[in-house]
Amino acid sequence: MSDAVAFFLLLLSNGVMIGLMYALIALGFVLVYKATDAVNFAQGEFVMIAGLVVAGALDAFSAPLWVAVLIGLITMVAFGFVLERVMLRRLIGRPVIAVVMATIGLASVLRGIGPSTLGAGTKTLPLPIPDDPIVLGPLLIPPIQLLGATVSLIFLAAFGWFFLKSRKGIAMRAIADSQQVAMAMGINVERYFGLAWAMTGIVSALGGIIWGNLLGVDINLSLVGLKVFPVVILGGLDSIPGAVLGGLIVGIVENVTAGYVDPYVGGGTKDFAPYVLMILALMIRPYGIFGKKIIERI
Amino acid sequence: MIHRECGVLKTTYEADMALYPLPIARWAVLAVAVLFFAVIPLTLNDYFLSIANLVCVAIVGAVGLNILVGYTGQVSIGHGAFMSVGAYTAANLANRLGSPWPVNLLAGGLMAAAVGAVVGIPSLRIKGLYLAIATLAGQFIIEWIINHVTFISGGVQASIPVARPRIGSMVLSSQRAIYYFLLAFVVLALVGNMNLIRSRVGRAFIAIRDQDIAAEIIGINIFRYKLLAFAVSSFYAGVTGVLYTYFLGIANYEQFQLGVSVDYLAMIIIGGLGSVLGSVFGAIFITLLPIVIRRLMEGFGWILFDPGTLLNLIPNVRVMLFGALIIFFLIVEPEGLNRLWRNIRNYFRIWPFAY
Repeated sequence: MSDAVAFFLLLLSNGVMIGLMYALIALGFVLVYKATDAVNFAQGEFVMIAGLVVAGALDAFSAPLWVAVLIGLITMVAFGFVLERVMLRRLIGRPVIAVVMATIGLASVLRGIGPSTLGAGTKTLPLPIPDDPIVLGPLLIPPIQLLGATVSLIFLAAFGWFFLKSRKGIAMRAIADSQQVAMAMGINVERYFGLAWAMTGIVSALGGIIWGNLLGVDINLSLVGLKVFPVVILGGLDSIPGAVLGGLIVGIVENVTAGYVDPYVGGGTKDFAPYVLMILALMIRPYGIFGKKIIERI
Repeated sequence: MIHRECGVLKTTYEADMALYPLPIARWAVLAVAVLFFAVIPLTLNDYFLSIANLVCVAIVGAVGLNILVGYTGQVSIGHGAFMSVGAYTAANLANRLGSPWPVNLLAGGLMAAAVGAVVGIPSLRIKGLYLAIATLAGQFIIEWIINHVTFISGGVQASIPVARPRIGSMVLSSQRAIYYFLLAFVVLALVGNMNLIRSRVGRAFIAIRDQDIAAEIIGINIFRYKLLAFAVSSFYAGVTGVLYTYFLGIANYEQFQLGVSVDYLAMIIIGGLGSVLGSVFGAIFITLLPIVIRRLMEGFGWILFDPGTLLNLIPNVRVMLFGALIIFFLIVEPEGLNRLWRNIRNYFRIWPFAY
């Protein structure tokens, strides 16, 4: 195999792994949007807070890993419930800009709370996995990425099953379809809104642990959230398979373009290419690959 | 402005449309003018004047953003980037051609308007959330281009020093001179905005915001007016960027990042969407907020915290309060400070003889 092909394959495999990890975070966004029609511009901050809580639990109480992960999950679920109750329920029926700005405001609050309560320095979030990359022919796969991708796939499949088969999931789909009809059918819409936010909390907690291990836990961890938008726009805002596909596309595109273009422009292509792709997607197919076609003709 | 008659007592259309409904209105306008043109610049010291200058810059930007978000109902999270377009256009013109500031200002505004209209093109197909995300992408893409094209950014640091503006042979270098310079543009921006909203174009903007399909049916060309709203609003943003550059004496992309776009959105939401006075209130409020917080924390924070944590805490408190205020206003008072101001005014309209 020539070097060029090997290089390409390396970028590709890296992109697939990173893409699946993006999909996990995008899943949090999709869950909320699907059930409650609310947009969460604070997804990255959710991930950051989850990472901080887990790292803080490891650090402060020197708790075993599984306890820390449990603390992280419980905190984020409670946080999701409270948030829905206190803030988002009051914004139901308001224009989109109101919800967008409220979650931007929330992002700002979380950015302040995180460092001031749990410390501003970068924390490590050690997981009991080896550091040496796994060698597969020309491919070098860091174990953390493999773990991240596996966790992503498991949860994507689990949520896929949840929405297709379980009673609660079907109720959520009914709410996503039409809140009024769902209410008329005896579904407690508000409780499911809370559940959707709690599920986002779970996904964010996992994202926080995995991304936190990869990048280190500090305020910059929330920047991962900015990649959510290209992912969900490409895949479709309300589609779980869309989140996977969008994540894969974004992961591959950013890694491949960064690999080939970065040497010429001096870096930063990773943060740029997904957005160009997203603009194109918005022009051609704004509802995404798997999204519902509810865009109004203007 | 401040006073109101306590009933509708008008008998002619002339009286109804009069600029000054009561003689006291004339005096109130005069008093405000004296306050801003004489009292503030002549009594404050350089430090407070520099804050006043920041407020002036913010007012121009907030008024412009309100045209787009408040009056036309289109979301933009890319206004920081439009400001940087204006700033770098002016900085490059000033340094390469040595052109005077009126040319730079106009060029910066027009360039931003052109870029803004391009970023606004998706608004023809999408709205609401999708448009918000599209303009967010615009913000990142513009930022990246400025940062990576050395022809624009002028090197690794991506910052270009700009000479102070001069009028005739007078160089505007003191904070006081800059204050008058900026105040002139604040007045221009406010008058321009108020007249725009009263015009045919402004009415079309409001019609699109309130019900776009109905607007199209009564014959408003939605494509044209949406792009126009983006262009006008971005023109204001570009001018803001140029003014800020002249105020700082340097054009730097770090002054126009995503956070700035959010700051300006916060200004118009806290101030009041779709209101000129609201933009002014919001600009003053958001600009003063971090300064007041820092002062308070430095003054009284030692009671609760030790100095080390305090230093760490001040920026975080600022960020938290900023976000909390946005959420608070969105939930409790969606019409913002402008509504509070109206409530106060209405209360005093019949005070002290209510009922």
